[in-house]
Amino acid sequence: MAQKLLPSPDVIVIGGGLLGCSAALHLALRSAQVIVLEKDHMGRHASGVNAGGVRRLGRLLPQIPMSVESHKIWLQIKDLVNDDCGFRPSSQIRVAETEEELTQLKERAFQVQALGFTHEEIIGRKELFEYLPALARHCVGGMIVRNDGYANPFRTVQAFRRKVTSLGVRIFEGAPVTDIHRSGSTWTVDTSKGSFSAPSVVNCAGGWGADIAAMLGEQPLPFKAEALMLTITQRMPRFITPVVGAQGRTLSFKQFENGTVMIGGGAKGTAYPETNATRLDFRQLAVNVNSAATLFPIMKKTRIIRCWAGIEGMLQDKLPVLGVATVPGAWHAFGFSSSGFQLGPISGRILADLIIDGNTDLSISNFSINRFNTS
Amino acid sequence: MNKQYEIVIIGTGPAGMAASEVASKAGARILVLDEQERPGGQIYRGIETSPSVPGRDLDQSMANGRSLIKQFQGLNVDYIPDATVWLVSDKREIGYSREGVSHLMQADQVIIATGAQERPVPVPGWTRPGVMTVGAAQILLKDDGMAMKNAVFAGTGPLLYAAAHQYVNAGIPVKAVLDLTPWKNYLRALPFLPKALPRFSKIVEGWLMKQQISRSRAQYIKGVSEIEIVGEHTATGIRYRCRDRWDQIDAQHILLHSGVIPNINISRAAGCETVWDKSQLCWRVSTDRWCRTSVPGIFVAGDGADIGGAISAEQYGRLAALEAARHLGHISTVQRDIRSRSPRSTLNKELSVRLFLETLFKPPARFRLPRDKQTIVCRCEEITAGEIEKIVDLGCKGPNQVKSYSRCGMGPCQGRFCGPTVSELIAGQLKKPVNTVGYYRLRPPLKPLLLNELITLQNGTDLEKRIK
Repeated sequence: MAQKLLPSPDVIVIGGGLLGCSAALHLALRSAQVIVLEKDHMGRHASGVNAGGVRRLGRLLPQIPMSVESHKIWLQIKDLVNDDCGFRPSSQIRVAETEEELTQLKERAFQVQALGFTHEEIIGRKELFEYLPALARHCVGGMIVRNDGYANPFRTVQAFRRKVTSLGVRIFEGAPVTDIHRSGSTWTVDTSKGSFSAPSVVNCAGGWGADIAAMLGEQPLPFKAEALMLTITQRMPRFITPVVGAQGRTLSFKQFENGTVMIGGGAKGTAYPETNATRLDFRQLAVNVNSAATLFPIMKKTRIIRCWAGIEGMLQDKLPVLGVATVPGAWHAFGFSSSGFQLGPISGRILADLIIDGNTDLSISNFSINRFNTS
Repeated sequence: MNKQYEIVIIGTGPAGMAASEVASKAGARILVLDEQERPGGQIYRGIETSPSVPGRDLDQSMANGRSLIKQFQGLNVDYIPDATVWLVSDKREIGYSREGVSHLMQADQVIIATGAQERPVPVPGWTRPGVMTVGAAQILLKDDGMAMKNAVFAGTGPLLYAAAHQYVNAGIPVKAVLDLTPWKNYLRALPFLPKALPRFSKIVEGWLMKQQISRSRAQYIKGVSEIEIVGEHTATGIRYRCRDRWDQIDAQHILLHSGVIPNINISRAAGCETVWDKSQLCWRVSTDRWCRTSVPGIFVAGDGADIGGAISAEQYGRLAALEAARHLGHISTVQRDIRSRSPRSTLNKELSVRLFLETLFKPPARFRLPRDKQTIVCRCEEITAGEIEKIVDLGCKGPNQVKSYSRCGMGPCQGRFCGPTVSELIAGQLKKPVNTVGYYRLRPPLKPLLLNELITLQNGTDLEKRIK
């Protein structure tokens, strides 16, 4: 394959989603020469089509410190990428429909507080209905994060892309990686658009992260490409501001400024990463929208305009792989299914710290690629 | 899972009805789904039920339509009218809803016979109340005998003349007909005239219609090169340019038309390959001589694949059904080939006139692509041509990127009214072929679906569990 006659980069980022862009951005901000290789176009997959939640609420415990740090970046996202990315501050509420569920939430809030974080609070029935007047009357309380938010995913990736381009990062779209090999201290990444060499490689390949990891020489991982389904409705008069989840159901529910309502939360279709295709499971979607209509009866007569799914990578323990690879000169940041959008900005900073300084101030040991090694 | 059908046919226009007849006579278990309450499709819409429309009753093609419908109604097939098909997947899953209840099934073979749609005419003011397409006006006339009095017809293409002629014949006052067919098109079409001889009658028919329109009280203005709708909130008139002179006609109703193009939404959503047709300036589904698409087991028959008109659509329906029946083992290859002879020869005769008509009524760029940046392209989300240009400049280099960025094409029409324009606009700006720029990825439901309707599928699951 023909060698590209371009200045040799310091780092090759594989994957042009939010994680890859964020890694490229933080590396470029520290004057590294970076190229990004993207198999389709920037933000084509999960980064561009996710629900856009900028959520700290209900994070798995190991993700909380990162999530809290990332939130600080989100609040000033315009300073970072010269675009507000459609970010809107809003509260996020997880509803309890029974006393038992409320007890579970209280226990959770207690656990989080014990770690020294105060963003999750418990609210009673009265306050719950002040926040959510349209909520079904059987609900008893909930957990709230008062200043989370949401943003426009595709616009966010585009803003990051423009910013990194302005910093001199070179982006190659339509360049799927076919092979990766190493000689001496140099990685060579073969793509359909030529071969690229650099001393460092970052795997930000999302739903294809395990494939890239294997090309880098990592052991097989308990990894699956998932297709999380989302539904959007016609425009409705404004009836809700917070983003809503439920303790006893798979649900994420929010109304955008334009009046459309998005229903998601983790109902799964089938992903076919080899063809970029997803297949929706309408019986699962029916369960999902039934959750929405049960909690918000106003939704029953609302029209669904569109359902879709993006391809995301998920590890067995639902935590991402983030950190140094077991092979030298390589790093990973993939498998962020259902948690990656909010964590995007901080993950790039962590990667830049790791690649340039060799360490980072945030605890990422739970995300090590070695955690699945039984030997 | 619901009762297993061998062939599901979607649509009961000429293609769907003919396919139903051939498939059921070949012995296949078929289900026919249609959005309307009666068979006939758009072309034969309401010909048995609607108040009689003078002029239309004389039309010979209507006699043909009546006999097709009669034949269809005599078939022993499962026919579900009033069914909204909201899913056709590449695995041949079909989702439809009727009377508030949704159904999911899987078919062995699917024949999509959902016909054509009108090409959008994104001229300044085209989205104002009072402006509608000629096709929409025809639906009102065919269903309810409702007419737009003193309307201005503006555009190009056979349907424009047919509709105006129908109005004139029925004694409905028509204010004016603005013919946007460029003079040059007549010259360009001329070389194709000899080839069109087998269906010369069709050309004569169209010419006679035009003569009758010009002899009526309607103003018939040829060689109009630009139009724009006047009016602040609703349309109050239309401005037009004819030979470097601008003029205005006041009217409450403006009926626009610039030809029909295949409605590719269902077939695109099912994963069928589509190509940009440079001659017809539209997307069409790639099909072979048996109407097979790139997706195994999925056929597109009739104007949904390639514009040919009602008689052609009927033949395409027959060919698709013959191949589907052969595939299922109901008839042999030899039987298929013998039975296909007659439809194929009719089809060849019908298609002989197409190149002539296509060339004559090829809409010029100024009616396909807004010149004025303020003109709305996506009516659902109110995205203008200028906004699309800016978004492409920001680095969104395809319809899906523009859509994700701006919601262009994300509304209830699923991009039907902006898709062709957006593809061409982006291609023009990037100076790339339309084919490489591509088209929207289409997401189910194909038609808006109530939450309550989708929820009924969940009950379906419970029911299945109980049965097990």
